[in-house]
Amino acid sequence: MREREQLLALADDELVIGWRDSEWTGIAPTLEEDVAFSSIAQNEIGHARAVYELLAEDADALAFDRAPEEYRCSPLVELRLLDWAHTIARRYLYEQTDRERIERLMQSDDPVVAGIARKIDREEAYHRMHAELWAERLRDEPRFTQALEELRPYVDGDRATRTPEFAELWDEMTCVRRSAPGAEW
Amino acid sequence: MTEAEFIDYLHAGGQVETGDWMPDEYRARLVKFIQMHGSSELMGVLPEREWILRAPTLQRKLALTAKVQDEAGHAQLIYRVVEDLGKPREQCLQELVDGKAKFHNVFHYPTKTWGDVGVIAWLVDAAAIISQKALLKCSYAPYARIMKKICWEESFHILHGRDVVLAMINGTDAQRELVQEALDRWWGPLMQFHGTKIEPENDPMLHWRIKSQGNEEARQQFLEGYAPQIWEIGLTVPDPKLHRSDDGVWEYTEPDWDELKSVVTGHGPRSADRLAFRRRFLEQERWVRELVQAA
Amino acid sequence: MPIFEVFRQEKKGQAFQHAGSVDAPDAEFAETWAREQYGRRGESEALWLVPREAVHEVIDFPDEFDLKYRRVDGYSLKARLSVARERAAARTR
Repeated sequence: MREREQLLALADDELVIGWRDSEWTGIAPTLEEDVAFSSIAQNEIGHARAVYELLAEDADALAFDRAPEEYRCSPLVELRLLDWAHTIARRYLYEQTDRERIERLMQSDDPVVAGIARKIDREEAYHRMHAELWAERLRDEPRFTQALEELRPYVDGDRATRTPEFAELWDEMTCVRRSAPGAEW
Repeated sequence: MTEAEFIDYLHAGGQVETGDWMPDEYRARLVKFIQMHGSSELMGVLPEREWILRAPTLQRKLALTAKVQDEAGHAQLIYRVVEDLGKPREQCLQELVDGKAKFHNVFHYPTKTWGDVGVIAWLVDAAAIISQKALLKCSYAPYARIMKKICWEESFHILHGRDVVLAMINGTDAQRELVQEALDRWWGPLMQFHGTKIEPENDPMLHWRIKSQGNEEARQQFLEGYAPQIWEIGLTVPDPKLHRSDDGVWEYTEPDWDELKSVVTGHGPRSADRLAFRRRFLEQERWVRELVQAA
Repeated sequence: MPIFEVFRQEKKGQAFQHAGSVDAPDAEFAETWAREQYGRRGESEALWLVPREAVHEVIDFPDEFDLKYRRVDGYSLKARLSVARERAAARTR
């Protein structure tokens, strides 16, 4: 994959997993976890923004004004997973594959790309700690081990095709923006 | 100490810590008041969280997520205070979803457009901050201390809300209309927010120095600060009587106190389904709490 | 759920001050959660997390016989100073 494609895939993954993770705002298993998990979601949206800014003049336009088939996110992040076992399983699997990608980008010939990748990596280190902490606690819980097995096939899924879940996500994500195209918000 | 001595102590500005002796009535009123605050922060998350998903720019998405995160964080700070007064968190949360714990009127209403997002962050948060600043002087020190952190964190919420409103006011006619329409709907609940007028000598919250500001004083402060801000950008409020009289007192159409009573007792437009939503997740993730605690 | 007290250092060189507490099953969760609750806005240089049972409260400090000599308010030099100045002035005349 050319670097630009990798970057778009990274940004789209971070945008969509950040969007999915923000669905837990206010309803995480404990209030302490709610606050921590929301920081993860914000970091991810922040990463997406930083990478979109590398790729385009208007990061918001790139993030929100494409048709669903133009996104390059992984099927793993598109899934709506409103139970904790699946959510943690996804975070855990995502952080593992994301790590390899970020490490490659830190070696980029482009110093701007490498710099952003390093910043992302510093924040992702905490996401990894969080995912590993939970994965370790849930390791004997069948809900979790089953969720891992269910989600594993999605990790290397086809990025050119959207899952059925994406349509609803895209619709909700873009509805306000589409109501006044080109407007300032 | 007798109860009379305790009250003298409070009226002289005395502060109370968790382990101190306190009259049963003081403890009971504290728990009820503080628990209601916690319940309100937790329910306050629900009207706004849907809009995180629909935020029209990355910056707005981040700001709104951070604002709602603060509300969850405030619920955590507040429930910790209630727990240290002897009431477990799980009990507070169960009472909430069972409809036995009250929360502020504003969180029983629907949010319909992005206009609501701006109006809520700007004006509902403004109304709340007025009350919260007054609570910095609460006689119960652990609560006064968390109010410091809460007020500090809230400082960006109003700016964010006002920025959202201004962007829309300066935008298309349709965007402007969204703001005005939202304000028309939220004005009633905003005017009810601080509660009915209570004469200071009849207000137990003032007597026990839990609150340092009466309901009407708070409402006047809100109008003094925010009515001019609303009017200066060309917005209107659906109360033709609203004006500041020569002696500095704001006059307004009497709020619908029946509506307030009905709403806070759980009969608001969104009360039932929001509590049901909370209950669903409280029950669904109980296994997680049990698992991590058992370790 | 066990409680961890959170102490916060705002800037390097300052004392750690008690900032609040979190309900957490153990130190690892306490760290993950306190880090965000007390640091997400970059408001803390560092945190100390202490299980509540490790904190010993001390609240009784008897001073029945008013041992003022150890405090600044136990000294009033005015009268003696006045006499000393008068005498010094008288000697020089």
